[in-house]
Amino acid sequence: MTSARDKAGRPIVVVTGIGVVTSLGAGKADNWRKLTAGESGIHSITRFPTEGLRTTMAGTVDFIDVDAMSAPRLSERLAEVAAEEAVAQSGIGARGRFPGPLFLAVPPVELEWPQRIEIAKTSGANNAINYDDLLRVSAKFPAYHDRFMFGSVADNLADTFGTLGSPISLSTACASGASAIQLGVEAIRRGETDAALCIGTDGSVNSESLVRFSLLSALSTQNDPPQGASKPFSKNRDGFVMAEGAGALVLESLDAAHARSAKILGVVGGCGEMADSFHRTRSNPDGKPIIGAIRNALADAGITPDDIGYINPHGTGTPENDKMEALGVMSIFGERAKNIPMSSNKSMIGHTLSAAGAVEAAFTLLTLEHGRLPPTINYAVPDPAIPLDVVPNVARDAGVKYAISNSFGFGGQNVSLVLAREPA
Amino acid sequence: MTDPAREGVITGIGIVSCLGEGLDAHWEKLRAGETTVDEVAFAPYSVHPICALDFDRQIPKKGDQRQMEAWQRIGTYAAGLALESAGIKGNSEILARTDMIVAAGGGERDVIADSAILSALPGAANPDALLNERLMGDLRPTLFLAQLSNLLAGNISIVHGVTGSSRTFMGEESSGIDSLRVALARINAGQADIALIGGSYNAERKDLLMLYEFSGTLLKGGYRPVWARGPNGGMVTGSLGAFLVVESRAHAQARGARIIARLSAVMSERSSRKQDPVAPALRTMWDRIASRIRPGQAALLSGASGAEPATAGERAFLAEHADIPVRATGSYIGHGMEPSFPMNVALAALTLDRGRLFAARDPTGFEKPMTDALAQVVVAGAGYWRGEGLALVEAA
Repeated sequence: MTSARDKAGRPIVVVTGIGVVTSLGAGKADNWRKLTAGESGIHSITRFPTEGLRTTMAGTVDFIDVDAMSAPRLSERLAEVAAEEAVAQSGIGARGRFPGPLFLAVPPVELEWPQRIEIAKTSGANNAINYDDLLRVSAKFPAYHDRFMFGSVADNLADTFGTLGSPISLSTACASGASAIQLGVEAIRRGETDAALCIGTDGSVNSESLVRFSLLSALSTQNDPPQGASKPFSKNRDGFVMAEGAGALVLESLDAAHARSAKILGVVGGCGEMADSFHRTRSNPDGKPIIGAIRNALADAGITPDDIGYINPHGTGTPENDKMEALGVMSIFGERAKNIPMSSNKSMIGHTLSAAGAVEAAFTLLTLEHGRLPPTINYAVPDPAIPLDVVPNVARDAGVKYAISNSFGFGGQNVSLVLAREPA
Repeated sequence: MTDPAREGVITGIGIVSCLGEGLDAHWEKLRAGETTVDEVAFAPYSVHPICALDFDRQIPKKGDQRQMEAWQRIGTYAAGLALESAGIKGNSEILARTDMIVAAGGGERDVIADSAILSALPGAANPDALLNERLMGDLRPTLFLAQLSNLLAGNISIVHGVTGSSRTFMGEESSGIDSLRVALARINAGQADIALIGGSYNAERKDLLMLYEFSGTLLKGGYRPVWARGPNGGMVTGSLGAFLVVESRAHAQARGARIIARLSAVMSERSSRKQDPVAPALRTMWDRIASRIRPGQAALLSGASGAEPATAGERAFLAEHADIPVRATGSYIGHGMEPSFPMNVALAALTLDRGRLFAARDPTGFEKPMTDALAQVVVAGAGYWRGEGLALVEAA
């Protein structure tokens, strides 16, 4: 039997349940099959009219129906789908009674245009409509209160899964999913709980959210064909592709997992973070915060760069991210960097934003489990500034013991996770 | 029991509200029983407006100020005050390993752009196309960054250089409670030595008032102190910023920091609001610290919002502890949502530092006078629609 403590004397944190939903489909099996076949989930947007928009494709999840569509509603439903799969696989607790807290990465919530327009219509104001008109009739829309509270998604999920205590809703922008896992790991290491349900979810593709990223020139505009838009690490990369999805992990202490003879799917060996004080949307040109986050994760896991066999990069496909991430990787791994496979799931599923860290941690764990590396698709024009093995276009087999999953976000957020096949 | 060396102590406080800026300004108004409330600008709702602030003093670059909306400016300002108060402002060695947990909602909408778009849509031949066109044309490109919840933390990293970690919790009052709870747990467990925790809230926004008006939880018809609002009462929101520097006793002592108060416990719960709201959760948490409470030397700061039935639920719990004098801080500063709990913990530390409880602000007599020396302040936080918290703050 493996020691239940890590090198630092802390409880080892293992994964006993994994759930995922992306534009490729619902569930691990479907996602893994398509991911390793190099299929793209990116398509032209049909959810809302795209007339007049520079970007008209995304990785929306359109195959899951929700009533009263809104970003929090869809985010909640996607989280449910992923968490149901993860909790069922782990076999932990009882239905509706998860024996630990919920850490939820969720997009910021606000009232959206369909509701705002509906309220404006109800106000009866004909022209020069303002917020006083909206306020006058707002009390007629009580359901919008709970729906558009920031805590509503986590609150409903806490009811559905019966998690313990106050559920944490968090945002570290595009690193949120990884932060949710990190918070769960830390709570288990403190001995506060034996288990945690960590979810990253995002169902927020709507016209205004797309316009916001578009105005920051962050999105790819190569709309045709949409499957070719997301081109991480290619020389002709021109931005990320917005997407939706959710990833859920059931984390447990190794002791607790052993005690109930649970199947161990992987280990969260270490978490590292470092905030960047350089700029709101750009990384420090010296790469220090990215390098620091990865080094902190390696140190937290008690391993060295030589132990890493695969990198699941943030790899968004923006000119800036991929350049800086490659710089960070080359700086840490030196000459060896060229030989460490590093493939971007986002080439196929797009950037699932608040969910990305959790979705990609789930895919990294599947990569370790299956011993097969999903490719970076749409890799036709190599970027000489990024001389790395991006597993171009075709999946391949490789046994990996330790992998890194990176997540970076606006606001200087940098989080790196070390994931392992088995306890050290 | 926590290892005494790893006990959490408060060494820095940065607060701004309608009462003013900093500890002395707040104490002066609290002692005198005074507040500032605007009953006109957002009538029929009342709002406690933020005091006048010279943002240049904490956010020296105009370019940084321009990239922020009011909530971020208030928060970044308060964070600077807290770092200054702890004596670590500009100390890059400490700031590079300072944990940051920010409690945040969302940023301001551009109400002028929204109104113009709403006005144009009814007459449009193709409203969908017009909406896209106007969003592309009317939204300022950087407005998004002033709206994103985690960009208060991002701005604090940029302006003040806090880079050890950066996490943003969301979810109304609970986010503030859990920020403090998780930060303290990390310090107690040795996962961190020093942390900056807090948040900010801009109440002077019609887009936000609308959110609460959906559920009819705002007080209408003029300001009244919290306990005097009655069963049909409601919230009066207040603009504020509140940040705390909390560190392990060992870390504070090693760097010779002045300890303002001890943060002995922070707990959070989530009661079923459909059944018996608030009181059961507060009782559960109270039971965990009850043996440590010393009536006669203890007071309680309530973050009751005035919204019902949460306020009645909290009041029922408070009535079970008639030997502990209560003050509802909402009667002074309004309800500040996400940073409301960190603010009340800051006011508890301030009160302990000054040694005596401040004036009652309650015509109903629920708030009892207290003149004895204070050694402990319990902070109760009940969210207006969900989430409960309790903290024990003790004299240094």
